[in-house]
Amino acid sequence: MSLCLQARQLACERDDRWLFQGLDLEVRSGEIVRIEGPNGSGKTSLLKILSGQLSDYQGELFWNGAAMNGAREHFLANLLYLGHAPGIKSGLSPLENLAWYQALSGEGGHEEQRLEALERVGLAGFEDVPAGQLSAGQQRRVALARLTLTPRALWVLDEPFTAIDRHGVADLEKQLVAHAQAGGCVLVTTHHELTASPLLRRISLG
Amino acid sequence: MHSSSQSSETNQQVLAVPLREHKGGLMTAVKATLMRDLTLMLRRRGEVLNPLVFFALVITLFPIAISPDPELLAVIAPGLLWVAALLAALLSLDSLFRSDYDDGSLEQLLLAPQPLVALSLAKVAVHWLLTGLPLALMAPILGIILALPAGSYAVLALSLALGTASLSLIGAIGAALTVGLARGGVLLSLLVLPLYIPVLIFGAGAVQAAILGDGVSAHLAILGALLAASLMLAPWAIAASLRISING
Repeated sequence: MSLCLQARQLACERDDRWLFQGLDLEVRSGEIVRIEGPNGSGKTSLLKILSGQLSDYQGELFWNGAAMNGAREHFLANLLYLGHAPGIKSGLSPLENLAWYQALSGEGGHEEQRLEALERVGLAGFEDVPAGQLSAGQQRRVALARLTLTPRALWVLDEPFTAIDRHGVADLEKQLVAHAQAGGCVLVTTHHELTASPLLRRISLG
Repeated sequence: MHSSSQSSETNQQVLAVPLREHKGGLMTAVKATLMRDLTLMLRRRGEVLNPLVFFALVITLFPIAISPDPELLAVIAPGLLWVAALLAALLSLDSLFRSDYDDGSLEQLLLAPQPLVALSLAKVAVHWLLTGLPLALMAPILGIILALPAGSYAVLALSLALGTASLSLIGAIGAALTVGLARGGVLLSLLVLPLYIPVLIFGAGAVQAAILGDGVSAHLAILGALLAASLMLAPWAIAASLRISING
């Protein structure tokens, strides 16, 4: 089963200014699509529209050929969105944070899975430290642990490299490519230069 | 390019991440949200104690400011207790969705493949458990300070327990609407206070009736009806308001 997210004639207006107009876009299995553009060109807005958070736009969205309105449940079950804010509760430990995310998607999950996911992002030994005491990069890593913990076909990542060290960036890039090779699909905004890959496609805004 | 549909089953073995059908798990998600919010609130005890301290302070100041005369106090006690509890509950509302909004977990909540209505109801339930219920349990003790006549203490606690549940539900609509605003506190009060009036009237009325020796069941029944109505309607309004706020 391949996946396909399509947008037709997307247009979004913010404060009497068109961020983009007449944008046609198609994202399929096995692709990494990088949304490019200067600050304020609407990259985050586009990702929010594509992930179904913003409804203040013109145009149409299709998920696997069906209009988004009818397919929303199936779409959400296959979406993993990481926004600007990592969505990590500072009062909870990384383990507790991940447990909530796992439960949100309806799985009880096991502690071993969460420990494994944390180890994979280099946070072994920080499992029970309140996330508020972790650095910004470590908090981002907790959020990134969801990529392995709750496998989803479509990844929508808004600036996932923020605050991540060089080593982590290389690992994450490898993970994106591996996901696309496995038939998944990645939509990403970043100011970081991604290594050229045949799977990588660029869309420029602004 | 082939159109992607369920027919291309042959591809499925190749995919490491197959598309998944949405499969239940609502109870897991609701339970986890309840536990998460409870844990968070219990780790920030100051926030839980704040409304209770406010309630206690207001009530202790009244006999000092007005008069220690028990007969006078007994007349105004039901109203005072109810107004102070209502304001205390109102004070704590602003933080209901605020921290989730700030750290990005609210957008994750909205993107969960679970009905937002159920998840937001879980959040409101935690708010009531840690604000409304403690206020209701504390009120009889403060009633002693106001020389509340014997026989009305149980009704006071019961009316507050029922009433604050409606207050949490109604207030959460306002909290959800104003969560995107930097200083939504005043607006929140203006939005929800008018909706609080019926609860206040019947809540204070129940205690008054108990003091006068009239039947309290009518008042409590109306409080129950208000709660039932808010339980039915408010979750949908909260979910819709959250979507509007996230859109902003």
